[in-house]
Amino acid sequence: MSDTHAQTVAFVRETEIPEAAPPYAATGPVKWMRENLFATPANALLTVVAAYAIYLILAPTLPWILNGVWTANSLAECREILQGATGACFAVLTERWPQLLFGFKYPSELYWRPSLAFVLLFVAVAPVLFFDLPRKLLIFTGLFPFIAYYLIWGGTIFVPILALVGCLGGYAVYQRFVTGSFAAGFFGGIAAALLIWYIGGLLIPDGASENAMLTPVPSRDLGGFMLNMMLGVTCVSLSIPIGIALALGRQSSMPLIKVVCVVFIEFIRGVPLITLLFVASVMLAYFFPPDSTVDLFLRVVIMITMFSAAYIAEVIRGGLAALPKGQYEAADSLGLDYPQAMRLIILPQALKISIPGIVNVAVGLFKDTVLVSVISMFDLLGMIRGPILASTEWNGVYWELLGFASLLFFVVCYGISQYSQWLERRLATDHR
Amino acid sequence: MKKSVILGALTVAGLSAGAAAAGTLDDVKARGKLNCGVTTGLVGFAAPDANGEWKGFDVAVCRAIAAAVLNDPTAVEFVPTTGKTRFTALASGEIDVLARNTTWTFSRDVDLKFTFVGVNYYDGQGFMVPKALGVSSAKDLDGATVCIQTGTTTELNLADFFRANNISYEPVPIETNAEAQQQYLAGACDVYTTDASGLAATRATFEAPGDHVLLPEIISKEPLGPLVRHGDDEWGDVVRWTLNALITAEELGVTSANVNEMAANTGNPEVARLLGTEGTLGDMLGLDAEWSKRAIAAGGNYGEVFAKNIGEETPIGLARGLNAQWTDGGLIYSPPFR
Repeated sequence: MSDTHAQTVAFVRETEIPEAAPPYAATGPVKWMRENLFATPANALLTVVAAYAIYLILAPTLPWILNGVWTANSLAECREILQGATGACFAVLTERWPQLLFGFKYPSELYWRPSLAFVLLFVAVAPVLFFDLPRKLLIFTGLFPFIAYYLIWGGTIFVPILALVGCLGGYAVYQRFVTGSFAAGFFGGIAAALLIWYIGGLLIPDGASENAMLTPVPSRDLGGFMLNMMLGVTCVSLSIPIGIALALGRQSSMPLIKVVCVVFIEFIRGVPLITLLFVASVMLAYFFPPDSTVDLFLRVVIMITMFSAAYIAEVIRGGLAALPKGQYEAADSLGLDYPQAMRLIILPQALKISIPGIVNVAVGLFKDTVLVSVISMFDLLGMIRGPILASTEWNGVYWELLGFASLLFFVVCYGISQYSQWLERRLATDHR
Repeated sequence: MKKSVILGALTVAGLSAGAAAAGTLDDVKARGKLNCGVTTGLVGFAAPDANGEWKGFDVAVCRAIAAAVLNDPTAVEFVPTTGKTRFTALASGEIDVLARNTTWTFSRDVDLKFTFVGVNYYDGQGFMVPKALGVSSAKDLDGATVCIQTGTTTELNLADFFRANNISYEPVPIETNAEAQQQYLAGACDVYTTDASGLAATRATFEAPGDHVLLPEIISKEPLGPLVRHGDDEWGDVVRWTLNALITAEELGVTSANVNEMAANTGNPEVARLLGTEGTLGDMLGLDAEWSKRAIAAGGNYGEVFAKNIGEETPIGLARGLNAQWTDGGLIYSPPFR
């Protein structure tokens, strides 16, 4: 059979020819460059211009960074070491490192406490951020605020325990009454917590703080990047639930709640954050007698939380408005009551839509925490602008310090942004 | 102006709230700590060092008061204030005394209801130029470009000075001292003008300070001093006479090194009265007899404090100038201890 046409063609290839390498210009880096950098003459021109711009930026900065001095005791000493050569004076970062992170008054032998709280923070937020983790970890998340408070401020352990007991008591009362009426449960819970705190406050012996296991540290001794982190984490985590409540309140059909929420949101959004901070630091001092003021840190937290809650409320309202009306009607037709409908149908969808907006507010808020430096709190920027630049040794070191501050903020903000993108991909259930 | 009206209103509100409080001196003694308002950081005048300990010319005043009243120069709670929060902090009672290079002006004294207890540094607006410019007097600056911080009194002083001397200039507006340094060094302006002490501190940070000179003209009066609230004269007296004790000590040659020796055996009755071995000046203030001795021992007399923090031996390198004792042709002058 196979011999039938054996003589009709001169040559039949019996083996496959070996694969030839692709043409030089269609492979490897050359191909990539041709496709991505020099596809058209216009693209080639832009590439050259961009490369030149990058060169212009790197030519002075690279030697400046690589030639940097890391050990010196003052700017003058840095200059002596450099002998007129270009070079950064990073020695200011090494010498003032603890001050940049913890402020200048936090006792140095206690640095391990905020550092430990910082490490625990990751354990605590992990189950909130990554919901594949075991749900039992949420118990630790619930305990974390009290542990962190105890670690950072120290003092008697009764205070965080009392706060925890108050919260648990309030929650128990809420659970007991919420089946009857939400309002009864809600206000009953708050009243129970306040009652426990008041009675417990009387029970804590005077002077318990002085001989406590952890030395107490007053709020005005906090500072540095620690202060930014504390303000950022506290305010973001408080303002999201408050923002959700405000957004729902604004859509409520009950006129009183609606008016209260609208007035709150519009008022807070209409006032600059820095004004609120001045009110917190300066004006409130007039309303309290000198010996019984509310802690400055707490005042600032309240103000920043109110501010960002108003913004987050508007972001979430956008999410709620984007849901088709059918979703609300579907919830009603299933016979769900209002809390169930919100919890099971509306909010999961609305929040998913709102993620980019919420992250936007959170990143902005975190950066806004440096504004506290104008009310003489020594956050990272306050430390740089105040004590460090005003010391005789380091007066005149601007680029290194401010560059370092931007780097710290960039790392955190970029991390938040990457997480939110992961979250969006993870929650993507539609087929766009 | 608007700002001062608002601050004034706040101050009045604060005063009416604080009027019921007891005397500040008793409060400080009961508290065991002096709340002293300082700047958030100004080279040479007040700044925490690498160990977080406050150092500086204004800080020394706070420490002297604490030593006189509480017998412990470290019993001071330093409350950092910004230019915006300083007056409200004092008016609301958050701080007992403000030692924050604050210029003594009519409106602050009268309208904001504060009592300036004295002057610990006579400052004034000056000019800095590169040596290469070859200028020896501000009157030669016709047509110069001048770096000037906007929205400050220095801007108005500058305009007045050039108009009065009938010469022209071109302002280069800048926001902060840091920006001014960069602009000046980059040659964006021929002249940089601000308070003379600030110019000296700025020049000290340059790579080649010798290439720049401060011109001899001082075109404004900026008397800086500690201040307290109106209406508590006992406390005002304590602060005023603590400052005066430091000044008198320099005049009489009492230093932190020899204060004990001088107190024990002095033939000079004025020194004896100052140090409490003669007379009852301490009692009159509501303090003990050795109050001024402790204040002087805390950080030294006025001259020592000046030399240690901002004097010619320091990187800031300020000459005594107007701040020399009156016996040396300066303005530093204390009423007699008698």
